[in-house]
Amino acid sequence: MSAPASGLAQLGKSVIIKGELSGSEDMYIDGKVDGSIMLKGNNLTVGPNGQVKASIEAKGVVVQGKLDGNVQASERVELRKSAVVNGDITTQRISIEEGAFFKGKVDIHRTDVATK
Amino acid sequence: MASRGYQTAGARKKLSRGDEFRMSSVSQNFMKFFRSSSSPETTQAQNLQKLTRRSSGLGELSRNWESAEAMCVLDLGSTSPSNIRLFTERGHRIYSEDLLTASTDPDLVTKDEQGIDVLDSRKFLAENLVYPAAQFDVILCWNLPDYLDEGLVKPVVGRLWSVLKPGGMLLAFFHTRDAGPDSPCHRFHIVGPDTLEMQKIELRREARRAGAGANTISDGFQLQRVFNNRHIENLFRDFASIKFFLARDNIREVLVVR
Repeated sequence: MSAPASGLAQLGKSVIIKGELSGSEDMYIDGKVDGSIMLKGNNLTVGPNGQVKASIEAKGVVVQGKLDGNVQASERVELRKSAVVNGDITTQRISIEEGAFFKGKVDIHRTDVATK
Repeated sequence: MASRGYQTAGARKKLSRGDEFRMSSVSQNFMKFFRSSSSPETTQAQNLQKLTRRSSGLGELSRNWESAEAMCVLDLGSTSPSNIRLFTERGHRIYSEDLLTASTDPDLVTKDEQGIDVLDSRKFLAENLVYPAAQFDVILCWNLPDYLDEGLVKPVVGRLWSVLKPGGMLLAFFHTRDAGPDSPCHRFHIVGPDTLEMQKIELRREARRAGAGANTISDGFQLQRVFNNRHIENLFRDFASIKFFLARDNIREVLVVR
């Protein structure tokens, strides 16, 4: 997911948002967001120019830019090689590319464990 | 390189080719001898190259995480996807914190009584290694003390003692005096119960732009000092026990228990 696909809600490079961001569709952020992001059941991508300072709840999260904040993803988190992430990650699956910077905790919640 | 205990992934593949390997390595070394400076592409390729090494300390430590359930592990090296994968797959919780890169923050530089630039250890510990007491079962310190600024080493080890559980274990590597000042700083990836892949650390662009700290060279970290056995024992004197493993590649592995 190196470029935003059509059908996504997009925040471009020059957009700055402070506050709570929520929605029920996939989102691509290449600008600055300061606050919280709630996309339960949907995916979030922080683009290469994105600078996000927020706690995030989403189904899947892909990070290519900068992220300061905790991530709770019900399915998957991907940190691409250009990602700089400071915060704790709770998810079912995680993939981290070589070169990504990560400071924080990784907690894996497995569904088979959770359902028992 | 292989005679010093290192073997590159590329070299391993070539070993099966017998004579072809010998000829190619001779010609490569011959060319290296005459090359005074390597191109940026070559340097980048060398940095990406991973060296494999056996680690007795890791071997002893890994028995714990193979048997124990839901351990809490702190990795103080550069972010390693393979280490994160290894621990999360076994149901352990892993914390990753790159202290060496954090020590290049230019805001840490302050003046001492003589007006000399030093790093502010209080500020450093206020921003890093901030965890509840006795949180971790295992701390992977790797070669951090060898490359960390002098003023940060003791305060950091003191903090590591407090965040390690009683009975918890810490693994650290130290160069022996034969290693030389240009010994590259490595990132460590765990690839087996007693096997590591080492990858030369390249400073992130942000750290280089910021001017970095006194412990950096142009694109990486510089060996700051060489600890002898007595220095190491002194450094970890608050811990309950200390065990040394001397490797063939000028590395002294240390496993300490709180």
